[in-house]
Amino acid sequence: MELKAVSFSYGEEEVIKELSLDLSNGRRVCVMGGSGRGKTTLMRLMLGLIEPSSGKVLRRPDERPSVVFQEDRLLPWYSALRNVSEVHGPRSPASPAELLEAMELSDARDKLPKELSGGMQRRCAIARALCFGGDPLLLDEPFKGLDPDLRGRVAQAIIKYSRGASILLITHDEKEAELLGCGEIIRL
Amino acid sequence: MKAFFKNRIVRKLIAAAFWLLVWQAAAWAVGSDLLLPSPPATAKALIALCGTSGFWKSCALTLLRVFAGFLLGMLAGSLLGVLTAVSPFAGELLSPLRSIVKAAPVTSFIILVLLYLSSALTPMFIAFLIVMPLAWTNVAGGILSTDKQLLEMANVFGFTRLQKLKSVYAPSVLPHFISACTAGLGFAWKSGVTAEVIAHPAFGMGKSIYESKLYLETPELFAWTAAVIILSFALEKLVVLALGRAVKWN
Repeated sequence: MELKAVSFSYGEEEVIKELSLDLSNGRRVCVMGGSGRGKTTLMRLMLGLIEPSSGKVLRRPDERPSVVFQEDRLLPWYSALRNVSEVHGPRSPASPAELLEAMELSDARDKLPKELSGGMQRRCAIARALCFGGDPLLLDEPFKGLDPDLRGRVAQAIIKYSRGASILLITHDEKEAELLGCGEIIRL
Repeated sequence: MKAFFKNRIVRKLIAAAFWLLVWQAAAWAVGSDLLLPSPPATAKALIALCGTSGFWKSCALTLLRVFAGFLLGMLAGSLLGVLTAVSPFAGELLSPLRSIVKAAPVTSFIILVLLYLSSALTPMFIAFLIVMPLAWTNVAGGILSTDKQLLEMANVFGFTRLQKLKSVYAPSVLPHFISACTAGLGFAWKSGVTAEVIAHPAFGMGKSIYESKLYLETPELFAWTAAVIILSFALEKLVVLALGRAVKWN
């Protein structure tokens, strides 16, 4: 996926201005910026949920990104395991149970999202994105609600199970970019 | 003592006993079973009715008519709800029909339907007619209020249509559907029995209520009404119990 001089406006207000970004060949890019600087808009542009006002978003025809949304977006009627299993397919790097184990959620696999803490729900959303096996992997504040020790272990699991996929990390915290080994930081 | 009143069953029993006492006091004050039968007189009449085959036949046929009308109404209403939720044009085209059915007096429909259907089928059709718009509104509302973020997630993760239906839409609509079921059952009983009062099928609880009134058998009138309430309550509990298991997340 590649963005070429992409701009996006909400009415008169331009939230993204001529942004270029290359997420091909396993690159890991971090996008930083305060609230309202267009980080989530950028994610939506990359997913094709909105169209840029100008510029281009180039995608491979077979490209299917994996996502951790800013909100967890777990299906509230399904268990943690079922939420992950829903996206399991031939490109999945491991079984849903193994991915939940990597996120240290084995004991909570049969619990409904409402029975999980905020941090556990976040890890479940990460396990689902990894299970989908898409490339690139788009992560919108994936470590929100996780304590520092856990962030390191979750980052290692993301690197392991994303199997060389390109990663776009959206965060407020530069340390998280280091955890995922992002080679490029873009500030909005 | 506080713990005693905190028990839900105890509270319900106390409420029931209170209203029975109010009823009994009112019956004493009136002093005539013809105008207001007492709870024991009503119970006596109900026990006497239970010993007749006509009572059970009437109960069974009314139950059948009401439940069949309710099921058909839920089915048709749900289909229309899906259709109008996915097609704005269908919504615009069909919404006057829903508004008319909801607003028109049920007695007008009963009298009109009697011109086309037999007296045995009219109560079922009326129950259907009353339940249908309720299911229609609730199911359409449930579909339209499905969480857009979950739908977006499903699209991004490549859910198939069937998967979206099964994993996103159906669980979202289910609470609305159950709400339509509980409200619809009550309306189906009320309208179905009212239709029997007017249509006079060979057997039916509504017809028996009318005859009790005609022959000034007020304790029997109360006994039949009590039987309708008991059956309606039992059926609602059964349906809620069956459907409630499906929404344990909520």
